Amino acid sequence: MQSSLIFGNLTLDAIPFHNPIVMGAVGGGAAVGFLLFCFITYKKLWGYLWDEWFTSVDHKRIGIMYIIVAVVMMLRGFADAMMMRTHQAIAMGASAGYLPAEHYSQIFSAHGTIMIIFVAMPFFIGLMNYVVPLQIGARDVAYPFLNSVSFWLTVASALLMMVSLGIGDFSQAGWTGYPPLTGKEASPGVGVDYWIWGIQLGGVGTLVTGINFFVTILRMRAPGMSMMKIPVFTWTILITTVLIMLSFPVLTVTLALLTLDRYLDFHFFTNALGGNQMMFINLFWIWGHPEVYIVVLPAFGIFSEVVSTFSHKRLFGYASMVYASIAIAFLSFVVWLHHFFTMGAGANVNAFFGIATMIIAIPTGLKIFNWLFTMYRGRIEFKTPMLWSLGFIVTFSIGGMTGVLLSVPGADFVLHNSEFLVAHFHNMLIPGALFGYFAGYSYWFPKMTGFRLDEKWGVRAFWSWIAGFYLAFMPLYALGFMGMPRRMDHYDNPAWQPYLIVAVLGTFLVAFGIFCQVVQLYVSFRDRKALVDNTGDPWGSHSLEWATTSPPPFYNFAQTPVVDSLDDFAYKKEHGIAYRAQAPFKEIHMPKNTGVGVVMGAITFVFGFAMIWYIWWLAIASLLAMIVAVIYRGSDDHTDYMLSAEEVARVEGGDSVAPSYNHASI
Amino acid sequence: MKKHWILLSPLLFLSQIVSACEGGCQSGYWAIFSPVGPIAEAEKNLILTAFALMLLVVIPVIIMTFAFAWHYRASNTKATYAPKWDNSHAIEITVWVIPAIIVLILSVIVWRTTHALTPEKPLVSAVKPIEVEVVALDWKWLFIYPEQGVATVNELVVPVGTPINFKITSDTVMNSFFIPRLGGQIYAMAGMQNQLHLMANKEGVYQGRATQINGDGFSGMYFETRVTNSGEFDAWVQKAKTANVSLNRERLKELEQPTKNVAPMYFSQVEPQFFNAILQKYAPNNANCDPSGAPLPVKH
Repeated sequence: MQSSLIFGNLTLDAIPFHNPIVMGAVGGGAAVGFLLFCFITYKKLWGYLWDEWFTSVDHKRIGIMYIIVAVVMMLRGFADAMMMRTHQAIAMGASAGYLPAEHYSQIFSAHGTIMIIFVAMPFFIGLMNYVVPLQIGARDVAYPFLNSVSFWLTVASALLMMVSLGIGDFSQAGWTGYPPLTGKEASPGVGVDYWIWGIQLGGVGTLVTGINFFVTILRMRAPGMSMMKIPVFTWTILITTVLIMLSFPVLTVTLALLTLDRYLDFHFFTNALGGNQMMFINLFWIWGHPEVYIVVLPAFGIFSEVVSTFSHKRLFGYASMVYASIAIAFLSFVVWLHHFFTMGAGANVNAFFGIATMIIAIPTGLKIFNWLFTMYRGRIEFKTPMLWSLGFIVTFSIGGMTGVLLSVPGADFVLHNSEFLVAHFHNMLIPGALFGYFAGYSYWFPKMTGFRLDEKWGVRAFWSWIAGFYLAFMPLYALGFMGMPRRMDHYDNPAWQPYLIVAVLGTFLVAFGIFCQVVQLYVSFRDRKALVDNTGDPWGSHSLEWATTSPPPFYNFAQTPVVDSLDDFAYKKEHGIAYRAQAPFKEIHMPKNTGVGVVMGAITFVFGFAMIWYIWWLAIASLLAMIVAVIYRGSDDHTDYMLSAEEVARVEGGDSVAPSYNHASI
Repeated sequence: MKKHWILLSPLLFLSQIVSACEGGCQSGYWAIFSPVGPIAEAEKNLILTAFALMLLVVIPVIIMTFAFAWHYRASNTKATYAPKWDNSHAIEITVWVIPAIIVLILSVIVWRTTHALTPEKPLVSAVKPIEVEVVALDWKWLFIYPEQGVATVNELVVPVGTPINFKITSDTVMNSFFIPRLGGQIYAMAGMQNQLHLMANKEGVYQGRATQINGDGFSGMYFETRVTNSGEFDAWVQKAKTANVSLNRERLKELEQPTKNVAPMYFSQVEPQFFNAILQKYAPNNANCDPSGAPLPVKH
């Protein structure tokens, strides 16, 4: 490859003009982006977006922005899924399908990377951003500015992923990126570099978020909230942040070593010269397995809140829920080898990791039973969040069962790398993570916006999703038993085809479910007056986030609540002393908005792009710019202000409630 | 109630799959459930045993979910309502202990079967095993028969009822070697040797393939495993010896070139210690390799 001083390896050939599918996607994306740009410009919203959102350090706004990123990336990841499924349904025998092998492998690599790193992660991080400070009665997170930086690093990474669609290509080695396939020799192009930098830069943001929320939960709880009075969602987040802090550095280092292999001809993971590919696989899963629990534990927390709320009953076995989560977190670090029993480590090692994996089923099963006994003797309302939770319990039990099956090394030897495995982890992550986030989204939506989501379309979305899920993934279990490996762009066995066609029908149903969710958003916004929540507590719930208005004022609580009990808000409602802010108000210490986070995100994007394309001067320049930005921020002494008591009184007075998102000039 | 049955139907679907296979899929339609060798047979039985044990927990959970959700629906005002009931030692102990017992039973099974079925363990048989050395290439499989002095690409022929001792490595990226109806898979990695011990007890043709993504030729990287009687096997070896093509370092360079959907090839002669030489290309100091083979130059 000819490298130029100014553009590195980047030439016009990097744009895949010859590929109509890619160009269609790029063109469609660009058209939507352009329309959005025109709309915002026409409505003169740029100033508003910049002042109120992009530069905001308010955890609530950052949370909503995270969720928007997750939803946009989910649409991309789902489009990838549709393409894979339709391709596999037709690529049998004489038919080559419509995707060439090198394109198909980019799609499954991008799908996995996007769904884990850019959908699951930002979705739960968005929910926890919004909810955790409210649940613990705090005014913001411990480091509001770092929160903004984390978010913009995530955006920069997501943008790199999107850019890989139109400029150059993406990795073809699967989302796990095992070397030597991801080494320079087998993958000389920029695809693997997009994968590396996309994960790496966002991973730094995730690590910072982990530290931020760990400190927030440990140090900023309302007075009286001892550890065993922490709401159960916040508990799962606390454990999740520990997992993030312990596992993400491993990923960072592993990717850095692979980067050295690719950029500077090191030999950590190469075939020859002392490299050891097994090391990468071990290190990757030492991050990768805790990562599964990083995305699942928050959903467990959400289910606990939702099942308790809609059963109108206290959560069964709060303490054992907490201990079970801690046990799961601990065990998640001693099971990584079950991802590769077939490496040949020997019977003792395989048996150890197989049994350790099965032990995780005990605390997880306990959680399932505790949710069931929360419903027991309750008064269950089948609102959308509750439906997602019920769908989760049933579906996740099946996924757990197939998971235990895979943890038996003797069984794994025939099911590893098969469609059975694909069915299994979708069976864990779709109900176990995504349904949880959907439950959380519909549960906390009235808190975020001041109005509830339309139930009718929510129910339709749920049934489409769940039916679509079963149709799409149960056939894959069957295909695994028929010996079909994962990631095939073509096959000759006619027996597989009917199952793959059923699976496509499933994805169409899921697509209809997503359509219902879009309609739900529109209908709810249209009918927001009828769906309005004036109480701040639309579901009759139990924790502190419901004690403030919907949406909360930007300082969350005019007076810091004092906690007497677990489920404190329920306790205070019962005793007629529910939190009411009353004069006299005191002034409130608040962080100032800043654009430095956006700038750092932009610099990160440029740096990543420059590294991917070997544009060295730009990489160096962006590094220098980053140092300047850090010094600039570090020497800024005016990062906070005092909100006067009069201003608090005015907001609390009700004539103009806190700046709420539907009061924008839309 | 109707909706509940919709939810349960996938489970029925799964159980149908299992029962259909028990009925016998002689065609190999359900590869994992139609084993033709002792290892695959044991692995199939292990799957069914573990599956049955787990249903002991999963079926009650699913029934309880529907039963509780139905009985304690808000509109059923006759049901007991105890909003503050949030603890019961009896229930807590039950839901810790019963899954723990099942996991304990499964652990014993795992410990035993993992040791019994571990791929490096030779099969016990009165019949003398056959040695096959397997090399993963881009994107085809090379099979060396050191005792017969022949080699093939993308065709594996073995005598029925004879233990097969595979030695497996890669001359390219990581791979995984899998013949579903004979038994489990194992990774192929350059500079390293994995072992796999299988046996076929029924004549026939069974597909084998790469299951680890390894580049553009991945989907076409499969081969036929022909299990024959010993007379046919000997005849096949003799026929291979007439191919008049020898496998040596020059030929390996050709084979290392990436090719897709490769038809079978036969080599009538193989350079001595060829498999070790391929191993030593990447790990010249590896003690596991026979030092007598001179290392091949590394593709770099």
